[in-house]
Amino acid sequence: MAFTININGQMHQVDVDGDTPLLWVLRDVLGMTGTKFGCGAALCGACTVHIDGVATRSCITSVDSLDKSVVTTIEAIGATPAGAKIQKAWLDQEVPQCGYCQSGQIMSASALLASNAHPSDSDIDDAMSGNICRCGTYVRIREAIKLASNA
Amino acid sequence: MKHDRTALLASETNLSRRHFLVASAAAGGGLMLSLSLPFGESEAAGETFTPNAFIRIDSDGQVVLTMPYVEMGQGTYTSIPMLIADELEVNLKQVKLEHAPANEKLYANPLLGVQATGNSNAMRGAWKPLREAGAAARAMLVAAAAKRWSVDANSCHAQDGEVVHAPSSKRLKYGELAADAAKLPVPTNVAVKAAGDFKLIGTPAKRLDISGKVNGSAMFGIDARPPGVKFATLAQSPTFGGRVKNVDDTAAKAVKGVRQIVRLDDAVAVVADHMGAAKKGLEALKIEWDDGEHGGLDTGEVARQLEEATLKPGVVAQTIGDADKAVAGAATKVEATYHMPFLAHATMEPMNCTAHFRKDECELWLGTQAIARVQAFAAKAAGLPVEKVIVHNHLLGGGFGRRLEADIAVRAVEIAKQVDGPVKVVWTREEDIQHDLYRPYWFDRISAGLDQAGKLVAWHRRFAGSSVIARWLPPGFKDGLDPDSTEGAIDLVYGIPNFHVEYTRVEPPGIPTGFWRSVGPSHNVFVVESFIDELAAAAKEDPVAFRRAMLDKNPRAKAVLDLVAEKSGWGTPLPKGRGRGVSLQFAFGSWQAQVAEVEVSPKDGSVRVHRVTCAMDCGTVVNPNTVQAQLQSGIMFGTTAALYGEITLKNGRVEQTNFDTYQILRINEAPTVDVHLVASSEPPGGMGETGTSAVVPAIANAVFAATGKRLRKMPVDSNVLKQGA
Repeated sequence: MAFTININGQMHQVDVDGDTPLLWVLRDVLGMTGTKFGCGAALCGACTVHIDGVATRSCITSVDSLDKSVVTTIEAIGATPAGAKIQKAWLDQEVPQCGYCQSGQIMSASALLASNAHPSDSDIDDAMSGNICRCGTYVRIREAIKLASNA
Repeated sequence: MKHDRTALLASETNLSRRHFLVASAAAGGGLMLSLSLPFGESEAAGETFTPNAFIRIDSDGQVVLTMPYVEMGQGTYTSIPMLIADELEVNLKQVKLEHAPANEKLYANPLLGVQATGNSNAMRGAWKPLREAGAAARAMLVAAAAKRWSVDANSCHAQDGEVVHAPSSKRLKYGELAADAAKLPVPTNVAVKAAGDFKLIGTPAKRLDISGKVNGSAMFGIDARPPGVKFATLAQSPTFGGRVKNVDDTAAKAVKGVRQIVRLDDAVAVVADHMGAAKKGLEALKIEWDDGEHGGLDTGEVARQLEEATLKPGVVAQTIGDADKAVAGAATKVEATYHMPFLAHATMEPMNCTAHFRKDECELWLGTQAIARVQAFAAKAAGLPVEKVIVHNHLLGGGFGRRLEADIAVRAVEIAKQVDGPVKVVWTREEDIQHDLYRPYWFDRISAGLDQAGKLVAWHRRFAGSSVIARWLPPGFKDGLDPDSTEGAIDLVYGIPNFHVEYTRVEPPGIPTGFWRSVGPSHNVFVVESFIDELAAAAKEDPVAFRRAMLDKNPRAKAVLDLVAEKSGWGTPLPKGRGRGVSLQFAFGSWQAQVAEVEVSPKDGSVRVHRVTCAMDCGTVVNPNTVQAQLQSGIMFGTTAALYGEITLKNGRVEQTNFDTYQILRINEAPTVDVHLVASSEPPGGMGETGTSAVVPAIANAVFAATGKRLRKMPVDSNVLKQGA
């Protein structure tokens, strides 16, 4: 069945089953590969996008649940004030190693910063503990969020 | 110069390149990664200078460096260019990077003899040849300029991509000299810089690979999208060596978007318009499996076989003095056995490979640590000559040894042979964890003797486990031994007068084993440093002082131990329930000591690692940023293994499935990490894996300090640490 989705300010029409996870619509149907597949079960956060500004795991978000919601992905997060600050802090602190989880980390961190300009360590733990980094860049993720919050 | 077909652009790599162009523009830098930019038209015009397989300078002055080692997060795409650029006298902003194509002759790692990135040896392998490559190119450019000006080459020098003749203030850019330099013979025995002359080496450099990693444009293997690509996922036999008996695909075929069901001997794949449909189709398949001969296997049986093997003599890996006699005659005798579990790699990018099988050739897209191995294995699976397999390498979403294997490429080819057009085969996380090549299970039996003064005088150790080398690089396994299985077990940093180590290779029935970050030392350092700690306790000595007394012949080891003791506050009081543990290792050519500070909950026995202090002597530090980052990373990786890492089998099936049952350390559990580097001008040692092997025993020893309980089996078992347990 056909769905119209607002992604990064553009309307896209896709013809898939309603229970298809948004992740695969983004990656495979629309070719927006910045959002990553990690677990398929909302356990790792690699697929995090914003739905109406809220950090959401796209791997368990069915396309028929979106309705008129606005989806923002890593490809466009730099256009938001919080996203731009987070990306810059990520480069300044040289957070990424393999980099695969970092789209999701940045989406979670951007949502945190947009709702909480000066997060504490415990706020960071709460917002970021759903995002696994196998390279273990956690020390720098924490530093980068603090850097961005002071920018 | 003729280049491998793999360097030629495919439509997908055009996309990659465009992504990187976008990425570098966004970052405002001059550098871009071009994933397979062809060796360009200027070459055809005879204007390009290619003194070796690593450097190309076009007439427009563009310096292109071909990377023989793959980027999987370890920073090699910054540190290797630093070696070349320092000698070539260009700055890092002037260089462009390419992935090397499959070509073992040109791009083999000198320390491995094959084209692979692993064992923390890229820098060790590259240190001499790639600086020489840069130096030779520089010498040729200088010679070309001197000839042009009719002056003595010794009166010219290179700087910032130009050759300068100081007496006349003449200067020419490298691009202007490329055509002339290309006509000169490549010099041999060019001197490289002394440490004092380095401009880039040793100075923190910003990573060249990360701009695309913050905006989604970096291209990993899983992001490849050749035109017309379909998407597949698969179910492989849940038992090792099992077979497909019967498939009912009626419901699967009815799923919207499912195009085709591919049946193999030991797997079934669903091909669809997108992964969502492929996964839904896979869930709708009814597959009956023939479990095969390993259907009844469980982990306890594997451990039993290994334990039994250590009751008999193994192959002697090293012997000094007479350990048997010295243990028997010691004032105090200490014995222990240790278990190390199977571990999965769980790279964040699940296993995947895109393949397009055509009548007379096959094209692959993936991220691999061993491109030539992938090419060879894929060729065999495809029934094609090696040169008919084109492999496009990508950034790796984690390697850790998993991507040294070619199994995913073989699978993709097997499926692609039955599919019209390119197909991207992506493993679900469950398949990824349940069909890994696992870090081996090891069993150790060890005894030692202390004299009346509490000095360690005898050490006798036997261990059994899989040899990954014997499968992966058969010539490396000789007379029952291989250098990986014994690294960290022999040639200890400690002076022990009677010392004996034996190894018995025992392959677990049906279970494939593979290299896992910190490889042999991931096992040996845990056993050695845990047992040394037990001996310190038996001698009623402080663990640091006990180690230090055996380091008289090893000043670099002693220096890192002293440094870590000082920086960690060793010996200062801690709150109740906390403890510090130390470890010391020489592995991958580097010396490292760590102190972990842990807290054990008396209520549930859970272990929190609060802080890890690390002192590292890895010789010359090429990029301090990278070394710091890799030690942080290795420590997190090892902390995950110590606290959670375990793959178990029941009825021939791996019991863990996803990140809920195979847990990875999260940010709220991550320790703070303090890294201290020892200044040195010795050749560089490896560092990418060292933090992992060193932290596991440091944590176990810290748990002992906190609770008085020894952990002789990994991972931490909270049940034995509960109060009253």
